[in-house]
Amino acid sequence: MAAVEETIDAVAAVTGSTYKWGFTTDIEMDIAPKGLNEDIIRLISARKEEPEWMLEYRLAAYAGWLKMEEPNWAMLKIAPIDYQDVHYYAAPKKPRPKSLADVDPALLEMYEKLGIPLREREVLAGVVGSDEEEGHRPPVAIDAVLDSVSVATTFRKNLAEVGVIFCPISDAIREHPDLVRQYLGSVVPKQDNYFAALNSAVFTDGSFVFIPKGVRCPMQLSTYFRINTQNTGQFERTLIIAEEGAQVSYLEGCTAPQRDENQLHAAVVELVAMADARIKYSTVQNWYPGDEDGLGGIYNFVTKRGDCRGARSKISWTQMETGSAITWKYPSCILRGDDSVGEFYSVAVTNHKQQADTGTKMIHIGRNTTSTIVSKGISAGQSNNTYRGLVKVRPQAAGARNFTQCDSLLIGNDCGAHTVPYIESRNPTARLEHEATTSKIDEDQLFYCRQRGLSQEDAVGMIVNGFCKDVLKELPMEFAVEATKLLAVSLEGSVG
Amino acid sequence: MNAIRPPSALQQGAQAFLSRYDGLKSSLPGDPALRAAAADLFRAGGLPGAREEAWRYTFLRPVAEVEFHAPLAAPPDCTALLARLPQIDAPRLVFIDGRYQAALSTPPAALMLATGAPALGPLARPEQDKLVALNTMLAEDGASITVPAGADAGTLVLVSLGTGAADRAIAFHPRHAVHMAAGSRMTLIEMFAGEGAYLDNPVLSATVEADATLIHLRLQDESRTAFHLSTVYADVAERGTYDSFALNLGARLSRMEVHARLGGSGAAAHLNAAQLLGGEQHGDFTTVVLHDAPNTQSRQTVKNVLTDKAHGVFQGKIEVDRLAQKTDGYQMNQTLLLSPGAEINAKPQLEIYADDVKCSHGCTIGELDEGHLFYLRSRGLSLAEARAMLIRAFLSEALDPIAHDAGRAVLEQAVAAWWEQHSV
Amino acid sequence: MLEIKNLAAEIDGKQILKGIDLVVPDGEIHAIMGPNGSGKSTLGYVLAGRDGYTVTAGTATFDGVDILAMEPEQRAAAGLFLAFQYPVELPGVNNANFLRTAMNAQRRTRGEPELNGVEFLKLARAETKRLSMPDDTLKRNVNVGFSGGEKKRNEVLQMELLRPRIAVLDETDSGLDIDALKIVADGVNALRSPGFSAVVITHYQRLLDHLVPDRVHVLSDGRIIRSGGPELALTLEAEGYAAIVAEAA
Repeated sequence: MAAVEETIDAVAAVTGSTYKWGFTTDIEMDIAPKGLNEDIIRLISARKEEPEWMLEYRLAAYAGWLKMEEPNWAMLKIAPIDYQDVHYYAAPKKPRPKSLADVDPALLEMYEKLGIPLREREVLAGVVGSDEEEGHRPPVAIDAVLDSVSVATTFRKNLAEVGVIFCPISDAIREHPDLVRQYLGSVVPKQDNYFAALNSAVFTDGSFVFIPKGVRCPMQLSTYFRINTQNTGQFERTLIIAEEGAQVSYLEGCTAPQRDENQLHAAVVELVAMADARIKYSTVQNWYPGDEDGLGGIYNFVTKRGDCRGARSKISWTQMETGSAITWKYPSCILRGDDSVGEFYSVAVTNHKQQADTGTKMIHIGRNTTSTIVSKGISAGQSNNTYRGLVKVRPQAAGARNFTQCDSLLIGNDCGAHTVPYIESRNPTARLEHEATTSKIDEDQLFYCRQRGLSQEDAVGMIVNGFCKDVLKELPMEFAVEATKLLAVSLEGSVG
Repeated sequence: MNAIRPPSALQQGAQAFLSRYDGLKSSLPGDPALRAAAADLFRAGGLPGAREEAWRYTFLRPVAEVEFHAPLAAPPDCTALLARLPQIDAPRLVFIDGRYQAALSTPPAALMLATGAPALGPLARPEQDKLVALNTMLAEDGASITVPAGADAGTLVLVSLGTGAADRAIAFHPRHAVHMAAGSRMTLIEMFAGEGAYLDNPVLSATVEADATLIHLRLQDESRTAFHLSTVYADVAERGTYDSFALNLGARLSRMEVHARLGGSGAAAHLNAAQLLGGEQHGDFTTVVLHDAPNTQSRQTVKNVLTDKAHGVFQGKIEVDRLAQKTDGYQMNQTLLLSPGAEINAKPQLEIYADDVKCSHGCTIGELDEGHLFYLRSRGLSLAEARAMLIRAFLSEALDPIAHDAGRAVLEQAVAAWWEQHSV
Repeated sequence: MLEIKNLAAEIDGKQILKGIDLVVPDGEIHAIMGPNGSGKSTLGYVLAGRDGYTVTAGTATFDGVDILAMEPEQRAAAGLFLAFQYPVELPGVNNANFLRTAMNAQRRTRGEPELNGVEFLKLARAETKRLSMPDDTLKRNVNVGFSGGEKKRNEVLQMELLRPRIAVLDETDSGLDIDALKIVADGVNALRSPGFSAVVITHYQRLLDHLVPDRVHVLSDGRIIRSGGPELALTLEAEGYAAIVAEAA
């Protein structure tokens, strides 16, 4: 029997779900009634004690959304979504704890189960003060978002000392209204697309980051998103602003319980980089992918866009997409500033009946702008994995450069791997290079590894990791090991 | 509340074609049911619009805005036009305004040939393509060519001339079919030329049976005020080869769309092309290769050279069916942008459902390499000579593999002539 | 002890091995020589368990255990090592990670304790130094961008670290300059012990100058047609295969 066939059999043999984050936690929640209308939007805005302009923004987005249609151009088969059958707001009933003793034990237990180390866990559970004495690990500031609200944000005080604002966006709307008002929707307008409009109407929480001029953020920032309550949607909103010369590295992680019904997640992330600023945005997306028959899983419809507004600014997206039943996501860069740089590094793994249509857009506007795209797609089971990307050079973007490498790996003969690049240039001095390949795991490589004593599964894991190396090495050091393990685990769900 | 919107230009244009059909339908040759079915499809679908993925880069509004008339019953004298065409020593079939001209043709004796009616074969189907629906609805004439099993039919030239006047644009929709029986060979060279304003909307089906080879060369050099919207469907059986090259030079707006299905083990398709566009020309070369059987191979090399305010489009899709294991698909698309107003849109696509495949594509866009130019000039070449040499070198990967010496010579001549016109 | 009896194997319906009989006792080094296409590499692949080869007759046992029934990684854990004629490139997989994973996989299978990173690196660095390989060898991706000679040395490095009980070296000498050849031979000689045996597939006497075999076998058309001591290799070098092949026919 051919080695690859054995691999496929190994895939088929894995029946029970290997999704290790699929448990549910019983936390008393304050949940809005199902359905979407102006009253619900008013309720969300009121719960968050928002200013009037924010409510108006939401209502305008909602009015726009009502007139829009779901996009259907992606290579995705999506069962009709009943937007009235979703809770748009769910938050823990208990107020934010002041000390460890006050933390809801269920919440504590949940973070423990999610494998967050103790020190971090204390911090995550929102214990004020536990962030003062961090051990030898490099400190990571965390914003933990559970369903609709942020339950804790750590290191706020330490960060504030250097002028960095890191807080839930709902706090920012109240505490820094001028900043939020200036930038919110300035990269992703409220009626940008169907899911962005929906998010703009009903977003509940997410992170706000502001790095002032010349400041290099002293620690890694991270947001941990968790969907917990049944039938809720999660609509997070993230806004990161790096002023001139500022630098920040930000990472988001996401998980959700294992449930039989699909849950909706429609996020919007906006990044603004002024002159000489650098934003590195990394994602480890591990929403519940559904079971091997395609039952359940998160619908992940995300609009992420970075605006390189100033000269020599740089925005780098790195994503590791292993979860979700459906992923619709195109983190993009608008290279407006001269000499600005956009990067997109992506690993997308689909297994069983997962579907992913993901990629990027690089819009070259400024002179001598540079973009790099490295995409690695891995399809297994009966999944479909599509890279979709746009590189556009506007007439004024003299000297623009793009390099794109898209590779797809197929494991088994029931899956699909697709590549849909759009390459558009209107400037003769621009140079664009695009390469794409699709193949299966090489039999010779498998045999070579096994001859050295590696099991079939380890051999596949090692080869796939090698295939993804150019992307994995872009993840922040603190998470690279975790990501490599996650890749192995996702493949465990796919290759044994 | 919704006001009734006035019909769009595309809808008006489609309506004009439908009116023409209504006036013509009693006199059109062939099965009226087939025409009626195509007309129903065209009535429902209209002309393709920019919201359709396959048409996102080519807008047919300029076509829709022109009022087209029927070709004149007696064709104008085309002696001068014919004389200007590159000469190839081979039998030829001449069509003027989409109608066969027996007096100007020298049909070959060796193969079965039918003219006087469109070859509405089963390969290009109206439901697959709106322009095929338009063609099926209105086609008046065409050549049906059959090369018998095992025969080598040599070379056949198929000439299409268009003769619109500036104030009286015409439209014609020739429909050709080529049937290569098992083990046969032929080189078919198509030349498109003309004067004035017209729409040439040809559809050609090529059936290549087992072990047969069709070399299909096309020189699209239509009048610069004409529209050229052509569609080719090729179906290749086991060990058969469809080896094609298209040079897209002419017309104000053109689209050359090729579909190749590799339906048997060992089948191969080469869909090579070069688009040389200047002025405000819009040229589109679109391919769809379907690997529908194991052990099939496709190769595509498409080169674009764009100057002035020309707009070039390349769309190339490689589809691999679940059955098509051991597929070998390769596609390369490269563009030289020679002036600030020129624009290229490229969309190379892979859609793959079989795992044991090797498929890849590459796409590059840029200008002539300064270092190369300098090197040639340091050896004494003028800037113009150096540019000409580098452009010829750029095109060589597409031109050199043409497996027909006389055909390649004609195409190279056309390239050289184009560059002479545009190398100011 | 490796015992091969009447081993026959085919690939894509083509019979390559037509009844091989070969016994390699512990502690011995056997050379296999023979014209191109005689089945030398196939013998190595069949012993290591590569896909695509069908054993149509015969047996191969190692210490009395049937190895043909095992998965490739089980054979490796049992102590069988194949130095590939064309070592495979593994993009993105670095040598150190690959070797440590392989060593620990074998150790796990054998119920031995696994090596931690520090222990492994100490061992690996000593071996790379002994084989005169550059310092960055362990950091580089497995065989990617290696020259032909570097690849062969990398095979020997793996062998040294994995400490097999029987090694099949498939033309490990081809593509090596004289210095590298000596390093490879020294590497094998260093492993020589009562618990190690090797099957060395080669075209040339020159390797056998450094790595003196206990026995030499001539493989032709899927069969061993002549066996002898080290002097047989010298005869072959002087007279070529043709005479022996003709004699056997």
